[in-house]
Amino acid sequence: MAHFVLEDPQGRLGQLRDSVAAILTEAARQGATAAEAAVSTRAGLEVAVRLGEVETIEHTRDNGLGVTVYFGHRKGSASTSDLSPAALREAVAAACAIARYTEEDPYAALADAERMAGAIPDLDLYHPWAITAEDAIALAVACEDAARSHDPRITNSEGASLSSHWGLQVYGNSHGFIGGYPTTRHGLSCAVIGEADGGMQRDYWWSTARAPQDLEEAAAIGRRAAERTLARLGARPIATRQAPVLFQAEVAAGLLRQLIGAIQGASIYRRASFLLDRLGEPVFPSFVHIHERPLLPRGLASAPFDGDGVATADKDLVRDGILQTYVLDSYAARKLGMETTGNAGGVRNLAIDMGELDRPALLREMGTGLLVTELMGHGVNLVTGDYSRGAAGLWIEGGEVKHPVEEVTIAGNLAEMFAGLVAVGNDCDFPGSTRTGSWLIDRMTIAGT
Amino acid sequence: MSDPISIARQGILEPAGLTDGDLDRLCGALRAPAIDAADIYFQTSRLESWVLEDGIIKDGSFNIEQGAGFRAVSGEKTGFAYSDELHLPALEQAAQAARAIARGGQQGRVRIDGLPVPHRLYAPLNPIESLSNEEKVALLQRVDAEARRLDPRVREVVTSLVAAQDTVLIIADDGTLAADVRPLVRLNVSVIAEEHGRREQGTSGGGARAELGYFLAADLAVELAREAVRQALTNLEAGEAPAGTMTVVLGPGWPGVLLHEAVGHGLEGDFNRKGTSAFAGRLGERVAAPGVTVVDDGTLPGRRGSLNIDDEGTPTQCTVLIEDGILRGYMQDRLNARLMGLAPTGNGRRESYAHLPMPRMTNTYMLAGDKDPAEIIASVERGLYAANFGGGQVDITSGKFVFSASEAYLIEGGRIGRPVRGATLIGNGPDVLTRVSLIGNDLALDRGVGTCGKEGQSVPVGVGQPTLRIDGLTVGGTGA
Repeated sequence: MAHFVLEDPQGRLGQLRDSVAAILTEAARQGATAAEAAVSTRAGLEVAVRLGEVETIEHTRDNGLGVTVYFGHRKGSASTSDLSPAALREAVAAACAIARYTEEDPYAALADAERMAGAIPDLDLYHPWAITAEDAIALAVACEDAARSHDPRITNSEGASLSSHWGLQVYGNSHGFIGGYPTTRHGLSCAVIGEADGGMQRDYWWSTARAPQDLEEAAAIGRRAAERTLARLGARPIATRQAPVLFQAEVAAGLLRQLIGAIQGASIYRRASFLLDRLGEPVFPSFVHIHERPLLPRGLASAPFDGDGVATADKDLVRDGILQTYVLDSYAARKLGMETTGNAGGVRNLAIDMGELDRPALLREMGTGLLVTELMGHGVNLVTGDYSRGAAGLWIEGGEVKHPVEEVTIAGNLAEMFAGLVAVGNDCDFPGSTRTGSWLIDRMTIAGT
Repeated sequence: MSDPISIARQGILEPAGLTDGDLDRLCGALRAPAIDAADIYFQTSRLESWVLEDGIIKDGSFNIEQGAGFRAVSGEKTGFAYSDELHLPALEQAAQAARAIARGGQQGRVRIDGLPVPHRLYAPLNPIESLSNEEKVALLQRVDAEARRLDPRVREVVTSLVAAQDTVLIIADDGTLAADVRPLVRLNVSVIAEEHGRREQGTSGGGARAELGYFLAADLAVELAREAVRQALTNLEAGEAPAGTMTVVLGPGWPGVLLHEAVGHGLEGDFNRKGTSAFAGRLGERVAAPGVTVVDDGTLPGRRGSLNIDDEGTPTQCTVLIEDGILRGYMQDRLNARLMGLAPTGNGRRESYAHLPMPRMTNTYMLAGDKDPAEIIASVERGLYAANFGGGQVDITSGKFVFSASEAYLIEGGRIGRPVRGATLIGNGPDVLTRVSLIGNDLALDRGVGTCGKEGQSVPVGVGQPTLRIDGLTVGGTGA
């Protein structure tokens, strides 16, 4: 059975635009002075295989409608999975009922009309894949086979899965802005288990892309999953000490996301950030440049306008180590007496300029320390910057791998970790919308035996 | 009308114009000779939330979702499809997509019968309507005023109130017809305290399967405000946490997240059927010190993690996982129970109709011992007392787990000393409970704030434990 591919995305987008327009009209009819609405529809196929056999075939199909109404500076919101005309009227009524009880918030309003996106660029985000369930299963099986046959120490599997989704989203508000576009996203992943000396380890690898032809080859994903699992076999704790720590690229991406968490509007106006009042000040060494590229063609996080309808644009977040801007939606911007940065809904395609060193050179630069390949838990406090997380990885001596490590924690403070960044590698080799190489941090506390 | 099946029929099927004959037909459409089991999960959920920030009611929202999930199981293979449109053609299409997992065969007809309700752990009420909007606003304002009144160092207060009602109707090809109407309420308080340029956060919350009046009884809402402020002010005084392996005393209640991560996930049936859990094949073996008994109990009245029936229609139960230190049982859904030749335990849960069920925890806790908590603290010459936690995580294959303390103190000379900054604790699930050396007589359950994530699905859960002394757990601080 072929999976459901959208016949006429432009026609269906037109229907969703009509729904948004109808919601805005209904909101005005019910007395709202302003309103905004978002409507989406998505569908997809997900298959999972394990030990060479099909485990699940899932057909997904989701609709969503969200509306926010304003009565002056009071607001109310409602959402539903039902796009029928009756449900749409009820959602508006529910939002209006809520707005009778919220209080005047002088900052609550639509984004300024002159900030609405104009012409909406085509970012090449829609590449549907008419793959059948049978073919999807075959690809997933090939991926898992490559992992299982890679080494006899790979003894078990959590399986491999392939997913393919399309979505249409339309946003509009009572400034007259209405915009929408279709997107696709495909993924292939694999997780396998290895065994040695009575201990089991699991690791995984994955690929994700807007276009199916941009996915990494199935067998390569499987082999990478197997190699990562094998690298963990025989892991043990090390003694408690202070040492340099190298965050492998895909783990370092988490540090970049924590930077964003600390400079997003709500963290700043709630005074809940260790980077409060640090605008214009150095937060990294001077070689660090961090930027956002929301309009990248085929970018996994690309979007032509943000959740307020404001045009997105490239920007530097950190230049020469100095914090250039917070990331703001129009509400946070008003509250802070600033301008929106077009970041309602988050930062899109975040990247740090990469350095010269490849992975072996980074290990030599570190000399003796911990290469962290996995972090566990939620021990990051963005209010204070305190950082304490479970870690697994490899112990490095003289730039060479000595043995795998597990059951340790690494701890420090994000402000000090950022300032203590020694090098960013050129080894960005993982999928996703955040682009970075590995980060070498001068010193952290490692707790173990 | 308080029978869940009647409420579900009236709330889900009747508005969609679906008759009993339609249900028979849909269930029949899922069947084929090679199908071992099939079910349909109808759901309607309503959720209302309010947020008070900067001293004003700033935001409110209302969400309504409905749909039906169709599942057909053949051996270890599962076909799944769902629809958020409850009209017959869309539902039949979903049923056929799910059934395609097993080729061939013809449609049959199934007679379905209602099951008696096994428990009544909560009333089938709608908590959204349990207070007027004026009363909800007043409740939030009271919490905000209390937090700000307590100490001038309190700078920011964010309070949220959520009420939800989830109505589910489950029809299976073995004739099962079951329904549940599940209320859930939640109040959260988060404060930032500031002194000499230092800022610290304190949070607290509570919840239950009850009406919103739950927060008014015994002034619980005000107590939660006080708790959040107390934590923020304590953290303003906190120094460096120690680093290394040491004796750790865990407080009662929410620190039971230890059990959820260290042993709970590893004892879910799917991981053990597949042999991917560090606990696989270890039934009957010692995995904890004598005196340690851990259960998963979905039958506690009104608790956040409790359910009358699980999401496959199986009545919930109290399942003994570890008895006096010996591994006794796993938590099962129907699929994994059947494949392992064991009985379902009422742990088949799903986030919604758009997700497949799998074995999940309900309320997981350790039974009380006989030690006075003061005596446990006094027994430790030097160590860490962890009173409160944030979340945790586990790698079920290696068995390594973490959980992060949000409020902790040094123990020096048998006394609780200065507060220390939050730190992550890391251990190995299969042996951490063998290091439990003292068990308090003060079993407490958490306040009803737990949410568990697994394979992208979130479900409400509970945890609990008495005060515990653990001889050797790695503490991830920055100090000596």
